[in-house]
Amino acid sequence: MHKFVLGYLVPRFAQWAVVIFIGVTVTFIIPRLSPNDPVERQISQMMGTGARIDPEAVEHMRAALTEMYGLKGSGWQQYVAFWGRLLRGDLGPSLSTFPTPVTSLIANAMPWTLGLLLTSVLISWVLGNILGAFASYYPDSRFMGVIDVLSQAVRPIPYYVWSLVMLIMFAYVIKIFPFSGAYPPGTRVALTPQFIVTVIEHSALPALSLVTIGMGGWFLGMKSLTSNIISEDYVTYAETAGLRERKILFNYVIRNALLPQVTGLGLQLGSLFSGALILEIVFGYPGMGMLTFNAVIGNDYSLIMGIAIFSIIGVATSVLILDLIYPLFDPRVRHQ
Amino acid sequence: MLRVFRDLLKHDGRFRVAFVFLMAILILSTLSLVSPYDPGRTFKVPADMPPSLEHPFGTSSRGQDIFWWMAFAVRNSLLLGLMTAFVSRIIAIGVGLVAGYRGGIIDRVLMSINDSFVVMPVLPVLILMSFLLRSSMSLFMLAFIMSLFGWPWDARLIRAQVLSLKERSFTQTAVYSGTGAFRISLNEHLPFVLPVVFATTINNMLWSIGMEVTLSVLGLSNVTFPTIGTTIFWANQHQALVAGVWWWLAAPVVVAIVLFLGLYLLFSSINEYIDPRTRLRRIGV
Repeated sequence: MHKFVLGYLVPRFAQWAVVIFIGVTVTFIIPRLSPNDPVERQISQMMGTGARIDPEAVEHMRAALTEMYGLKGSGWQQYVAFWGRLLRGDLGPSLSTFPTPVTSLIANAMPWTLGLLLTSVLISWVLGNILGAFASYYPDSRFMGVIDVLSQAVRPIPYYVWSLVMLIMFAYVIKIFPFSGAYPPGTRVALTPQFIVTVIEHSALPALSLVTIGMGGWFLGMKSLTSNIISEDYVTYAETAGLRERKILFNYVIRNALLPQVTGLGLQLGSLFSGALILEIVFGYPGMGMLTFNAVIGNDYSLIMGIAIFSIIGVATSVLILDLIYPLFDPRVRHQ
Repeated sequence: MLRVFRDLLKHDGRFRVAFVFLMAILILSTLSLVSPYDPGRTFKVPADMPPSLEHPFGTSSRGQDIFWWMAFAVRNSLLLGLMTAFVSRIIAIGVGLVAGYRGGIIDRVLMSINDSFVVMPVLPVLILMSFLLRSSMSLFMLAFIMSLFGWPWDARLIRAQVLSLKERSFTQTAVYSGTGAFRISLNEHLPFVLPVVFATTINNMLWSIGMEVTLSVLGLSNVTFPTIGTTIFWANQHQALVAGVWWWLAAPVVVAIVLFLGLYLLFSSINEYIDPRTRLRRIGV
């Protein structure tokens, strides 16, 4: 147990801390390296609207904005203050919807992204792995051949382009799915069965797009992993022993190729999250992606900053959680 | 080199498809040199014309011939991919060679930075960066920013190779003959990792061109500059689908799919060529 804590848990937590430290530091440094001063930009933008503001008020505003962006004092003081606010869970107020705090905007958007991402990642991962194992166990199957070609064809296409294709095909040309959003405008958001059905109906196409892109990678990965395993002695032995094919496939073949795929899932979480953001923008889905989009449109610097920091912490923590349940899959780690 | 090319063309179906697709892309981007229209000028041709012989991809609501605009767009997207790949390759090779050869504490520090970059969700950070640099954004700037995030996977691959190269006898010989670490890495190890570097170059181009599409669609790049992403940005701005100008969106989407499939198939074909084990498996040894 002691060895497990020192050899497994401590390094995971250390890596988690390093990811967050580097991520937060990068997001701290970038704005300060940028040639454009966000404060001056904000002010010139307000002046640009044509309203006449007297110089004293401008000076006042400059001081307030400098304070708000945490640009007061030396670089080191700013950095310490930055962490201080972060640890208190304070990401500042949003500029486009002043004075709503950034954290509450994120809290409203996050469940949507989480729901969409979790379901589609789970479906694509499970489906991709099972189909991948089938494909190498039954190499002559025509159906698997088709899936193989499709996986290779869809996989390299960027999220944006692919979801655009899906949107045009299934909402514009063949009108089977609703065009955008998670529910029609004006619907009262409540946990009624009717509302849930509407949301599922609206989420089907975004989820389908995520599943089709994601599945290909897991499928091809599992196929190449199991292609060595099916010729292993223990598989031949199980076959000669007359075990049912399904049992061989799930208990002997998939089970032995699953670990790299779990690790892969952890490494992919960041890019999967990024992909979901893009997809939401295409489908007008009201999650983190749409929030980012609105922040860019509304020139909301503090919101973008908050989203970046939150995403880094969120993804790093998810990876940590995945690492913590990893021993359930890997008996070697468990018995250490 | 030429023989490898001929063999691949003869025996690998994926390589053939990739070859045809990429040739089409290359021809299209070379055509930008003889374009009759300046991509910066609008309303040179009648707006909203469907595809015809005169305008093969139709014309946009901004009065631009989409075919010739796409020629510039593909050229710029390819350039962006190459620049990003080049800069991030330098970082990846540097980190990979040093971490692999030095080992110990340097390796551990470099790899934990490396892993942080692998895990980090790149898109929000890139959005933040491009948002702040929006006013001074150029193609080169965008390529530079993206290369800061495009190296970690490949640095790990290179490090893994160097780890095994380090144990080979020629490295020992070089060490005992008094060759410095820098020379060993550059002269002895780099040639061995170059095939991997080449394969990852293509993969990195796929990533960066795709990322450019996302950032441009958000309006976070210089949108007056034709790229695949800015084409979609302008089509969205003018609500091409609602207005029925579907060819404005279809052109970048089709070109992007051809480009991405071509690059990906080339990548997987070359990857397999480099890895002798998969080659053997295919012949059925």
